[in-house]
Amino acid sequence: MLDFPPWKIWAIALTVLAGIVFSAPNFLSEQQAASLPGWVPSKQLNLGLDLRGGSHILLEADAADVRKARIETLEEIVRTELRQADGGPIPFLDLSTRGGEISFTLRNPGDIDRAVETMRGVSRPVGQLSAQRDLDVSVMDGNRVVVRPTEAGIAAEVDAAMGQAVEVIRRRIDEMGTREPTIVRQGATRIVVQVPGLQNPDALKALLGKTAKLEFRLVDTEADPQQAAAGRAPPGSQILPNADGGVLVVKRRALITGDQLIDSQPTFQDGMAVVSFRFDSVGGKRFARATQENVGKPFAIVLDGQVISAPRINEPILGGSGIISGNFTTASANELAILLRSGKLPVAMKVIEERTVGPDLGADSIRAGAIASVLATVLVAIFMVMTYGRFGLYSVVALVLNAVLIFGFMSMIGATLTLPGIAGFVLTIGAAVDANVLINERIREELRKGRPIIPAVETGYTEASRTIFDANVTNVIAAAIMFWLGSGPIKGFAIVLMIGIVTSVFTAVTVTRLLVSLWLRRQRPQTLVL
Amino acid sequence: MRLLKLVPDNTNFPFLRWRNTAVWLSVLLILASIALVAIRGLNFGVDFAGGLMMEVRFEQPVELDELRQTVNSADAGEGSLQAFGDPRTVSVRLPLPEGDDAAVQKVVAQVQDTIRKGHPDAEFRRVETVSGKVSGELVRDGAIAMVLAMVGISIYIWFRFEWQFGVGALFALVHDVALTLGFFALTQLEFDLNIVAAVLTIIGYSLNDTIVIYDRIRENLRKYRKMEIADILNLSINETLSRTIVTSVSMMIALGTLVVLGGSVLFGFSVAMLLGIVIGTYSSIFVAAPLLMWMGVGPHSFIPNDQGPEARLKAKADAQRGQV
Repeated sequence: MLDFPPWKIWAIALTVLAGIVFSAPNFLSEQQAASLPGWVPSKQLNLGLDLRGGSHILLEADAADVRKARIETLEEIVRTELRQADGGPIPFLDLSTRGGEISFTLRNPGDIDRAVETMRGVSRPVGQLSAQRDLDVSVMDGNRVVVRPTEAGIAAEVDAAMGQAVEVIRRRIDEMGTREPTIVRQGATRIVVQVPGLQNPDALKALLGKTAKLEFRLVDTEADPQQAAAGRAPPGSQILPNADGGVLVVKRRALITGDQLIDSQPTFQDGMAVVSFRFDSVGGKRFARATQENVGKPFAIVLDGQVISAPRINEPILGGSGIISGNFTTASANELAILLRSGKLPVAMKVIEERTVGPDLGADSIRAGAIASVLATVLVAIFMVMTYGRFGLYSVVALVLNAVLIFGFMSMIGATLTLPGIAGFVLTIGAAVDANVLINERIREELRKGRPIIPAVETGYTEASRTIFDANVTNVIAAAIMFWLGSGPIKGFAIVLMIGIVTSVFTAVTVTRLLVSLWLRRQRPQTLVL
Repeated sequence: MRLLKLVPDNTNFPFLRWRNTAVWLSVLLILASIALVAIRGLNFGVDFAGGLMMEVRFEQPVELDELRQTVNSADAGEGSLQAFGDPRTVSVRLPLPEGDDAAVQKVVAQVQDTIRKGHPDAEFRRVETVSGKVSGELVRDGAIAMVLAMVGISIYIWFRFEWQFGVGALFALVHDVALTLGFFALTQLEFDLNIVAAVLTIIGYSLNDTIVIYDRIRENLRKYRKMEIADILNLSINETLSRTIVTSVSMMIALGTLVVLGGSVLFGFSVAMLLGIVIGTYSSIFVAAPLLMWMGVGPHSFIPNDQGPEARLKAKADAQRGQV
């Protein structure tokens, strides 16, 4: 009991010192921490959004949307490949894109091998190691070819789309001038966006929820307005909602899409807010050709399936840049410009969860949490000293060190402190006390049985340690499961609890034992008040 | 200096004598809790029910009924209002409107405008919307976490002690969780993700308490081989009583400050924990310990394994003869 070898004392002292050094930056202002010399730890605790205010938005991609888009592009590829097949075009009829697959019937059943071969040539391997391909080609009834995207292919597609989506979202948020957003993928089809300190999340959500697919399409001027009003469009055309509240019949095929835009800015024309855009050189040439061929015809500017405006092409637009007018306010023109600049999302995304905490509430929560933590510590400390005297004082030292170590460790690994985390912190204060209570009560018992002081203290520590170990393992199990399965607030709570359990056992058992043994060695007390 | 002693030395309360009363009380409370949860249901927050929640702070205390009428006049569905710890902070919950995000934003703006009209001092401090899909996942994950925690801990105790202890601990846990849920059904306090964290912590704490007593029971079983099991249980509970009380009091001090000063967001969490401490302490003494007796724990349960199964059987037979 009394023989603490010097190396042990040093190890304990060093651990405590490290805790102090790592937790110290939290008590400095941000500027002070930044101005520390490089070798001094200067990392501060990350505060969760609930403590500093901000928005947490969970977006989910529609995998069905990816599948649909894949079929659409595939249709185009299939047509081209059949036309350009080795050994002459393969004539086909009855091409269908229903049921998540593409199928067509060969005019000459004799072409079947060539057709299958051509289609197989279209498919790509999925990943680098697996033998799986992204398309499944099969033959029905002898001369109908079915091309079906495989699950693995779609999954790879979704994965790629999500990677791009993260980039697009990052560009959009950066365009807003927001500082330090967190944008991470979660699972296969989700993206978490966290933006601290945002007062009004609506503008952000307006930016995130839009796909921003821009298309220039010809207006179908030959469509019968009565038919259109009844919801029937001629083949090759479709009815789209117009910004003015009505509908417009436009061609299905886009003259050109927004994919080749390189810039877009909000600006003014005749005192009206408008959005300017500029194509890259390839896009500019295509835009020039398209406008040249269709002078005099009206064309629709379509964003995400809605017509913004449908001006007439008065003359060919050769410079590769133009202006979109519509019923814009300055704000909505700016929003559209940001959307066009940062590119379209490769897949439609929906907001499925949103949590916004105002900065005032965050500040209140920190204050309330800090006051509660300090007061809880002080009250528990008073109670401990009243109950266990000198040994209670040692427990209080352990308690304070425990707090220091928790802060130090969390700062070191860059963990995030949330409001439930503060609750977890208060709770570990209670748990740390429990270890000391167990030890002290045990020593009391041993003393009552008439044991001399040193053996009583020794038995107290060894017997209680076993209980403390068992009791804390169960808490670690609960905390680990919370961390593993929990989301958001529960995770923040669990991480503090796990760290706190480890540090509380160290401070409550090891550190107090050192303090007690140093005291016993120096004073050799004849009586022990406990 | 005279030290504070909440529990006198060498107590000898006959805890086990009250075991039948205690068990009936516990069974009754569990049944009542199940009935409450079944009939009244839990007041799920937006985390679990999906929907839209706003925390509104006013300069002056507001009448909930008046505010409810205001909210309902916004034509955004039936609002459910609740004070948040203090009379100036109110949570407003609304069903999520059909349609996309724009529809949600419209409803939020509509309700905020309506409230502002009657209360220019309203400050919207927090807005949360959770879609039905996410809330379903959160319910599932929360339930899985709770069950896994209970089973995981019980298995650990089974390994460290004996199967009876694992079963006893599991029963005590079910007891604690049921009563906590019953409390939430009774008071209709909002049940959200934070409360799940609280329940998981209660599980951990209650176990902590149970283990301290179980550990002492194991020690005493080895020490006093001839003592009646009821006496051993009683002795163990009394020996650890002072620790039980001192720890509970310090936990209550810590949690009490959280309830009073922790702010609106932590209020439900702290209340749940405080209640859990009381229930957990009670169940360790009156549920977990007597269960051991009914499951036939005796001195034979802790014969070191290296003496082989025969020694175990012999000890068991000896113990049974001793009882007759």
